[in-house]
Amino acid sequence: MRMMSGAAMVVESLKDIGVTHLFGYPGGAVLDIYDALFAQDHVKHVLVRHEQGAAHMADGYARATGKTGTVLVTSGPGATNTLTGIATAYMDSIPMVILSGQVPSMHIGEDAFQETDMVGCSRPVVKHSFLVKKAADIPMAIAKAYYIANTGRPGPVVVDLPKDIVNVLEEHPYVFPDDVTMRSYNPTLKGHNKQISKAVASLKNAKRPVLYVGGGAIHANASELVTELAEKLNAPVTCTLMGLGAFSGVHEQFVGMLGMHGLLEANKSMHNADCILALGARFDDRVTNNVDKFCPHADIIHVDIDPASISKIVNAHIPVVGSVDTVCKQLLSRMDDINIEEQKERLAPWWSQINEWRARKCLSYVQGEEIIKPQKVIEAVYQHTNGEAFISSDVGQHQMFAALYYPFAKPRQWINSGGLGTMGFGLPAAMGVQFAHPEACSVVITGDGSIQMNIQELSTCLQYNLPIKIISLNNRALGMVRQWQDMNYKGRHSFSNMDSMPDFVKLAEAYGHIGIRVEKLEDLDDAMTRCFAEKNKLVFMDILVDQNEHVYPMQIKYGAMDDMRLSKTERT
Amino acid sequence: MRRIFSVLMENAPGSLSRICGVFSQRGYNVDSLCVAPTSDQSLSRLTIITNANDKVAEQITKQVNKLIDVLRVTELAEAPHVERELMLIKVATRTEIARAEVKRNVDIFRARILDVTAQHYTIEITGTSDKLTAFADVMDHCADIAESARTGVCGLSRGDRALRL
Repeated sequence: MRMMSGAAMVVESLKDIGVTHLFGYPGGAVLDIYDALFAQDHVKHVLVRHEQGAAHMADGYARATGKTGTVLVTSGPGATNTLTGIATAYMDSIPMVILSGQVPSMHIGEDAFQETDMVGCSRPVVKHSFLVKKAADIPMAIAKAYYIANTGRPGPVVVDLPKDIVNVLEEHPYVFPDDVTMRSYNPTLKGHNKQISKAVASLKNAKRPVLYVGGGAIHANASELVTELAEKLNAPVTCTLMGLGAFSGVHEQFVGMLGMHGLLEANKSMHNADCILALGARFDDRVTNNVDKFCPHADIIHVDIDPASISKIVNAHIPVVGSVDTVCKQLLSRMDDINIEEQKERLAPWWSQINEWRARKCLSYVQGEEIIKPQKVIEAVYQHTNGEAFISSDVGQHQMFAALYYPFAKPRQWINSGGLGTMGFGLPAAMGVQFAHPEACSVVITGDGSIQMNIQELSTCLQYNLPIKIISLNNRALGMVRQWQDMNYKGRHSFSNMDSMPDFVKLAEAYGHIGIRVEKLEDLDDAMTRCFAEKNKLVFMDILVDQNEHVYPMQIKYGAMDDMRLSKTERT
Repeated sequence: MRRIFSVLMENAPGSLSRICGVFSQRGYNVDSLCVAPTSDQSLSRLTIITNANDKVAEQITKQVNKLIDVLRVTELAEAPHVERELMLIKVATRTEIARAEVKRNVDIFRARILDVTAQHYTIEITGTSDKLTAFADVMDHCADIAESARTGVCGLSRGDRALRL
């Protein structure tokens, strides 16, 4: 049995789990762990500039790979700075482990220097947490943390490590557990057979079925199975903001994203459906609009790994607790008798109705001669990246434009803070993506508001040579706030205009990167070419876009799913 | 509607605060809470009383069940069950008449006097919450209540049904 210090045990446990990247920031309470990190090269440590950035990087890494992201921070402010990042991961069910330093056990509760009750602070936004009390417990606590984070409905787990137990001077026997079992935690993966039978019967009888696919399909790596199921049923598929890419955005059965800024055809299909198969989606308020008017004709089959999500917002007629991949397999195994040609014929009237809705072309917009429309920029990014880039987004109008105008063909290609809506998420998330996929094209779609919330990470990008492409839609304002003020507050732009802006080109240059400013439509294409030709350098594109553009379509408050504004003057 | 939730969970630090979190975070009220280790010391059993409609009760059950440390959750009142609460109540008696009246009511309610001083009786009473409240009302009438403490309800299902691993 090997003897080692608590600090060495932390690092050895990470190595035994297979952690490749650790996003962190040193400080007093974790100096022993940092010393243990210094002596090895199995786990690559990334030194961030702000702990919130570390959490979002681990998050982006996790979203791009499906592996658990790891964060290491010190006690007190180091720990509390990660909270927004932890909450972001929690809302989107992202597997993450946060190792936080803590003051020595004997000083806990004394209001010691840099003391904060991290387990308490983070409790509402974690899947679980551990306060480790003995060095000997470190390997098991860390093994359990990763097990909990990345099984069932994934989520962040905090491991709080008091300084005395990671003390480098005391050595203890190190045993890493071969297997983790917990009598109180056994997620259900397989759907109940009776429920599966009911679901199959409902799907086979449906004349107007819709597949409503959420982030759970991505977490379960179920894209191929979802596609097989959709093709077998010849059913239209809509994805939530979190589910984009789970079903290809360029597939002919894809009717687009649904919800508040969903496509007309997606929301219409849902509202008129007679059978909705929800796969790893949670009927979020940004999807349902007024719950009382939600999809009045549909039998709702709700597949979710988290029983607490089922019938929380909308009552499910056929609840199925299970993982999306396993349940899809179970459903498919009972559909051998479906003849695809017959099924197509049966659903022909449904498809002709859907194609009528599609013909309204709800994403059309008018691009004038000079001022660049934000939609145009997203389309240009799509062309210049062949639709193959990893797109990380911040939060606001640009996020919706990216979701709507960049069709994602693959899962994990679209990285955004859907549940919490965290501005400042985009850049660090794209960095996590780039660390996970060094050869890939990692793009940030952001705005002048969001980018300034974690802009310090530009410095980290230089240190690790991350050739990220930042596409900033600069409208000199908080666009989505302005849009709501235009629509609901008679155009009173209360504190939504940023009257001073840095020179983003100089700022990018100051951080050691390339900055490009684009003001006119005629320059857009050349600038994009230049930007994506820079394979080894970070490029910051500061693109001036139309300040008065709104995101449409948009659901009308208190209405049904398909009550929508299609432009400033048209509605359904 | 009054609900009784029985919860079996790991007897570990932080477990209770997570349960409380489910209630406080969602704005549900806890009317009473009774918690102690079971005969298996590694487990704790809680009885929580709250007021909730069916939808909220379903959410409470699911959200509590979702906690990593929780092994079982059940709503006791869904099936035949027994429930008991214990109260200690200290009353000040200034006159002989009051002392006699307290003593008489202790007998009627089948309570028990635990401690006697010149001016005070400390009484133990076990029963349903209603019975305890009724007894407290009577004491308030015939003496001065100095202080009282109630454990909150704890309960078990009748017959075969049981909350176990």
